[in-house]
Amino acid sequence: MAHFPKPSEGSWTEHFKIDTEPVSYADSISPEHYELERDAIFRRTWLNVGRVEQLPRKGSYFTKELDAARASVIVVRGTDGEVRAFHNVCRHRGNKLVWDDFPREETKGNCRAFTCKYHAWRYDLEGKLTFVQQESEFFDLDKSRYGLLPVHAEVWEGFIFVNLDPDNTTSLKDYLGRFGQGIEGYPFHKLTQVHKYRAEIGSNWKLFIDAFAEFYHAPILHSGQYVADEAAKIKKYGYEALSYDIDGPHSMVSSWGGIAPPKARAMVKPIERALRSGLFGPWEEPDIGLTTEQLPPAINPTRSKVWGMDSFVFFPNFMLLVWRPNWVLTYHYWPTSHHTHIFEGTAYFVPPQNAFQRLQQELAVVSFKEYGLQDGNTLEATQTMLESRTLDEFPLCDQEVLLRHLHTTARKFVDSYAKQPSTAS
Amino acid sequence: MANVFPADFAALEPYADWALQGERARYAKRVASSMEELQAFYDVAFPLLDKGTEYLEKVTLDGIGDEDKHLLWAFCSLVTVAFPVEAWGQPRVPDSGPSSIDAVVEPVV
Repeated sequence: MAHFPKPSEGSWTEHFKIDTEPVSYADSISPEHYELERDAIFRRTWLNVGRVEQLPRKGSYFTKELDAARASVIVVRGTDGEVRAFHNVCRHRGNKLVWDDFPREETKGNCRAFTCKYHAWRYDLEGKLTFVQQESEFFDLDKSRYGLLPVHAEVWEGFIFVNLDPDNTTSLKDYLGRFGQGIEGYPFHKLTQVHKYRAEIGSNWKLFIDAFAEFYHAPILHSGQYVADEAAKIKKYGYEALSYDIDGPHSMVSSWGGIAPPKARAMVKPIERALRSGLFGPWEEPDIGLTTEQLPPAINPTRSKVWGMDSFVFFPNFMLLVWRPNWVLTYHYWPTSHHTHIFEGTAYFVPPQNAFQRLQQELAVVSFKEYGLQDGNTLEATQTMLESRTLDEFPLCDQEVLLRHLHTTARKFVDSYAKQPSTAS
Repeated sequence: MANVFPADFAALEPYADWALQGERARYAKRVASSMEELQAFYDVAFPLLDKGTEYLEKVTLDGIGDEDKHLLWAFCSLVTVAFPVEAWGQPRVPDSGPSSIDAVVEPVV
């Protein structure tokens, strides 16, 4: 029951030359493998840590905990307006430099200098050490040698990325590749109405990406979200993407429109009818200066008339969803152990002009949360059973091609890292 | 005593405790409520939302007055309550067990 064409090879998976055999999930249940991923992936790749709107003024800063990379970073807008990142470590005795009551919690604010809580060593917004308490007690201390340790930071379309590898030579633009280039020009800066959700999830980080990089599960796991007749119809229809694409470690799925707006109002729940909104966002799109047809080329790449949303997976842990009704959702998956991670889901809308539009957006984000709760809990069930090692291989279908690519890519990073002479000892 | 809500929405007054700021507070009240309580609020609030679209479209968010703000919060509660009433038949999402997702950044209002 093919709804949309596939490549000439007959399947997406064969087209991208990814193995079609059943897959092992050993990479998601092994503490040893996770320890390798921390160095091979999270200390080496570009990681999205936020957006420029979080740094509205000179001196605006926020901290980001990167547990998987064994790091905490300060991201700050300097007096020259530039966005920089530093390791969040005081050069004196190694105290965490910026934190509020709870050292493990992220914080944000605005300041003219960073002052350590321990002995008041002070750094300017460019990271230079500017003050040492009782400096004369030290032994020829050369303050110019004790600035904050910088972290590579670059901005793409308002998204701030850091790279913890001091030897990294790949620019963010090059790293984001064809998809990054093809999305440029989308007016992210107009989508400043932000709702952000956070969850602690009892699964490996890759398993949640698996859940959001395929929609094969949606008609089943989320069937209770539809009215009964519609649920039955959707289940029978199943799910097929318009297209999939892969570029280096990254991937994307382009999807048809679903319910936004529905063909028949009876298809949706009463609250969706009343608010003309739902999981796919408010049905009437706000003006973002571009029509659907004018969106940058990587968005709706097949230029399908029934297009509804694209989901980009920027390796390792940043997903960007662009919805037809002109809003954006991002997902981040921050590992905290081999079987736990912190999930963040952030919705970006054009600011509402009135209370009704505000309610339409509320329904979209609350729907996202209700779906997410179903996904998150299912993942814990998956993780525990994978860890039971009752089974060691699992068949994946062609609609799960991005999952194969993610696990294959992550393993390649680990294998390549393990082969390096400097880390072999 | 002053009204909590605009006069057109006086029927909501007995449900003023649903005029809560923030998705976390609204969700907490939902999961602490019985289905009877959720249904009672829904039965009063939903028809008002359905009829109140025109009113809400005239409420701008800059400089929003207290009564309109309370109305918006109560309707945000209705959005949260609609899931148990229209889909789940119970306050919690089925099969969501111990999992939670918390709002950590929300627009002011």
